[in-house]
Amino acid sequence: MSAACPRAIVIGASAGALEALTAILPDLPGDFPLPIIIVVHIPPDKRSVLAELFGAKCRIGVIEVEDKEPLRAATAYFAPPDYHLLVEDFETLGLTNEEPVLFSRPSVDVLFESAADVFGASSVGILLTGANQDGARGLLAIANAGGHVIVQDPETAFAAAMPEAGLALCPDATVMSLDGISQYLRRIG
Amino acid sequence: MIETFEKVEDIEIRLLLEALHVRYHYDFRNYAMGSIKRRLRQARDQMGFATISALQERVLHDETMLPRLLGYLTVQVSEMFRDPGYFRAIREDVVPHLRTYPSLKIWVAGCSCGEELYSLAILFREEGLEDRTIFYATDINQDALRMAEAGVYELDRIQLFTENHRKSGGKSSLSDYYSAGYGRVSFDRTLRERVVFSDHSLVTDAVFGEMHLISCRNVMIYFDRPLQDRAVGLFKESLARKGFLGIGAKESLRFSAHGEEFKEFVREEKIYQRVSR
Repeated sequence: MSAACPRAIVIGASAGALEALTAILPDLPGDFPLPIIIVVHIPPDKRSVLAELFGAKCRIGVIEVEDKEPLRAATAYFAPPDYHLLVEDFETLGLTNEEPVLFSRPSVDVLFESAADVFGASSVGILLTGANQDGARGLLAIANAGGHVIVQDPETAFAAAMPEAGLALCPDATVMSLDGISQYLRRIG
Repeated sequence: MIETFEKVEDIEIRLLLEALHVRYHYDFRNYAMGSIKRRLRQARDQMGFATISALQERVLHDETMLPRLLGYLTVQVSEMFRDPGYFRAIREDVVPHLRTYPSLKIWVAGCSCGEELYSLAILFREEGLEDRTIFYATDINQDALRMAEAGVYELDRIQLFTENHRKSGGKSSLSDYYSAGYGRVSFDRTLRERVVFSDHSLVTDAVFGEMHLISCRNVMIYFDRPLQDRAVGLFKESLARKGFLGIGAKESLRFSAHGEEFKEFVREEKIYQRVSR
């Protein structure tokens, strides 16, 4: 099932996210064929600078999502602070104000589960560094839908709890270093 | 697996939403699917059903289950003066225009438990506009409307409300408007003397008056694109010439079929002004 051709990449990260994403996103070619949808845990009451920061470093487009943002290839989408980010359908992202999940809004689980629902076996879920358990259930949902699940090697992660929790629920997930993830994505491109 | 086959759960959800519409006239059929799915799964698990069809069977035959299910389907998350910059922009940029009208109608669409309504009522009192204003506060959730009408909130939320009010450029102390007791605060009843609370659905109901300001924040994010178009169209029809529409911080009219009939008035706070008419 995981042989299905990927149609969307979803990434979750928390503590250490900035460095981890810096090792992945800027290397992607400007014609990368897929959308990359990203939840990073960020404080609810501050403006997020993630989109600006990576926009300046990346060849793909980088935006902070507004509700009903259309999905496009060669674009990285960041969740805004204090909203959950969901895949609505093949073409559209949505935001909600529902209660935080594992104290997180945006929540990686919410994004990943919606990606599993919509993209099923064509989704690729990547769980990176982080100090809590958010993302593990979502990663399992992607695995159950037949999608490809990748976990950053906890040994190399800034904070190991999040990738470890992912591996506990998805023992068959592919374990990769940041460098490995970067190479894997460029192969897709 | 062939993608075009509808998953069993998707069929169950479609049927449950159809049942709610036919049986109780609540129409969630054009709500954004990602979030509806999450909340129906939550309702299924927390109400103790094995499947969404089992939940549907029960709700169809037992109307006492309806309010509980509606509690899951309508999200009640708000705070007073949420996003203080929005209220500051209303105060500094919109109010000067509103002052030029002898009478004002303000619509808080999807008022939930009333936090935004009281925020605007206090702001209008501070700005001396309250006496010429009628507020319409509408929602589809009767429980939420009752709570809005009561104006009672948990005491532990007041610190945040007070901080927000201050940041929004509040000219008085929030404590002037409530009395506290038994772990709760109760907002001054005179704040709602000029408020009409009403059951109104952006999905099925029509225009009911000519408004000068409509505030509808983080309500339409729960709708799909076509339903958002309907709601924005309703707002367009309801607004007086050069009337104002405020939406949520991460909502946008960029993707709306009616986008061109509004201009960005305070761009960063998502306050729009109706252009033609």
